[in-house]
Amino acid sequence: MPDGSEPILDVKDLKTVFRTRDGTVHAVNSVSFSIAPGELVGVVGESGSGKSVTMMSLMGLLPMPPAEIVSGEILYGSEDVRAMSPKRLRRLRGGDVGFVFQDPMTSLNPVFTVGYQLIEPLRIHMGLSKAAAKDRARELLELVGIPDAAQRLNTYPHQFSGGMRQRVMIAVALACDPKVLIADEPTTALDVTIQAQILELIKDLRQKLDMAIIWITHDLGVIAEIADRVMVMYGGQIVEHAGVKDLFHTPQHPYTRALLETLPRLDGTRVDKLNSIDGQPPSLGAHPTFCPFSARCPKVMPRCRQENPQRRDVSPTHDVACFWDATTGGAHA
Amino acid sequence: MLDGPGPALVEVRDLKMHFPVYSGVLRRQTGTVKAVDGLSFDILEGETLGLVGESGCGKSTAGRAILRLYEPTSGQIRISGVDLAKRSGRSLREMRPQMQMIFQDPQACLNPRMTVGSIIAEPLQEHARLSATETREKVAELMDAVGLNRAFANRYPHEFSGGQRQRIGIARALALNPKFIVCDEPIAALDVSIQAQVVNLLEDLQARFGLTYLFISHDLSMVRHLATRVAVMYLGKIVELAPADALYGAPRHPYTQALLSAVPNPDPTQAKAGARILLEGDVPSPANPPEGCNFCTRCPKVMDLCRTQEPQTRDLGNGHFVACHIVEEGAASKE
Repeated sequence: MPDGSEPILDVKDLKTVFRTRDGTVHAVNSVSFSIAPGELVGVVGESGSGKSVTMMSLMGLLPMPPAEIVSGEILYGSEDVRAMSPKRLRRLRGGDVGFVFQDPMTSLNPVFTVGYQLIEPLRIHMGLSKAAAKDRARELLELVGIPDAAQRLNTYPHQFSGGMRQRVMIAVALACDPKVLIADEPTTALDVTIQAQILELIKDLRQKLDMAIIWITHDLGVIAEIADRVMVMYGGQIVEHAGVKDLFHTPQHPYTRALLETLPRLDGTRVDKLNSIDGQPPSLGAHPTFCPFSARCPKVMPRCRQENPQRRDVSPTHDVACFWDATTGGAHA
Repeated sequence: MLDGPGPALVEVRDLKMHFPVYSGVLRRQTGTVKAVDGLSFDILEGETLGLVGESGCGKSTAGRAILRLYEPTSGQIRISGVDLAKRSGRSLREMRPQMQMIFQDPQACLNPRMTVGSIIAEPLQEHARLSATETREKVAELMDAVGLNRAFANRYPHEFSGGQRQRIGIARALALNPKFIVCDEPIAALDVSIQAQVVNLLEDLQARFGLTYLFISHDLSMVRHLATRVAVMYLGKIVELAPADALYGAPRHPYTQALLSAVPNPDPTQAKAGARILLEGDVPSPANPPEGCNFCTRCPKVMDLCRTQEPQTRDLGNGHFVACHIVEEGAASKE
């Protein structure tokens, strides 16, 4: 940890595969990271880069089979999550670890009131009485900025707008004072003006509640705004990891650099032609004995096709998995 | 709303698209959703008009109504001087080759049981009298033009990635040499690294074939890159229309200002410094729009006048049009 504090979640060398009829898919490949209390770590990557599967693997949310965690260590505090009993794991999920998913319409049960869905985790995880749970549910809705909270408890998800539903999802995730919040594309389905509201809400709640947040997104703008540290994923691996300013100002990996260059900007001068990354994201079927970005990389070297680069430190808070050196512009020694 | 120099290819005047709402046992009409409520604008030949707004503001409905995929409630749509709104049946069908559409979801708009070759050939078979060999040759040309390998004509859509599928949709739209293409969120379903490829392709094709685009999107930065002029929609109406530089450089309508300030900036130093106009609440339902100005329920600069009277669209010069009482007052006090 940069500031020396004890990590709340520590993942080492996580490998998750899916066994399918067409062979093994290496969805998460040697992913290591940790997060300290109060920190917000952003995870960026394209669809299929393994960012959601990584987070689902952490809390045993993947259907097994076909998924299988082949190796790796997941420490929550000092407890090994992989060794936990199903009962303990169930207490952890929704208790100390909260989730917010992308689509609030499919994550809330349409036949129960919002109040019921908020009260349920409070009764199960915190053992509150009905009346106490109801009070707490009302407080939670107020916390996430829903007006008329007491009345809104009796309404159904379809009676809320998209932004309000996402607020309800956040309230459910926060119900049991989680120490870790995993948010998987929480604003992707929302309009920009509503997204802006949710981002302000999260910034505000972070200060109030001091939880660790893992924020998965493909939107670099959102990351720039809220994250402390960023992990860039590609082809099931973390290809670059840095503090948010370092990542945007001195990106090291050719993929990160290309990604930042393809973005059109709202400010600054308009370019005539957008830079694009040729080709397609890799298929994860092949066993990753080479760099996953090698097929699209403008800086590719023969070595990249034979070996998969390990993450190396550029500075104490910045590492990259690449044989190419952005500082010298040549191969890394 | 008349525009400056240059011939207008598409002229839309007071276009309204209302959908009836039926309810109760007798299925009586109990209300109207005013999805598009009085749009007027021109699209000049060879330009890209960006149409932006949040979901539910009616931008896709507007695009579809302009192509007469819906029967508009009222208003005029002229393409090359021909009024489409009054045409139907065969005379409308004759106009179809001139105007095409690229859809948002490349998965849903391609028939999974047809090969790519036959998908691209379908408009040719419907509208152009070509022999089988000519059709095959034309399909191959189109696949080259959009950067697909012509050897893949016998494959099915599921064998392609999202970006490639979008290229198939583009090739199909180009098949009949249209003048005007409505692009309805063509990149929204694609990954960031693929979006740039498709946008560059659209620009190349525009330069090569002299196409005119109506580019519907919620991605404000991409619209800035692509569009010559931009129209901002809110609840069925255009609140501001201006050349792209003017709209992004000096937005006049409070909604445009809030919308632009809400876009996260991919630069951590600026993102934290920039002041953001935070809008409260959600977009009202188009079935029950507020009295007066549509934006009055969320506007940070709302005045009493806004709650009673609907603002008229005002020409600020240089092709900049705004419908807002504040802008009108500011202009009046200057005079």
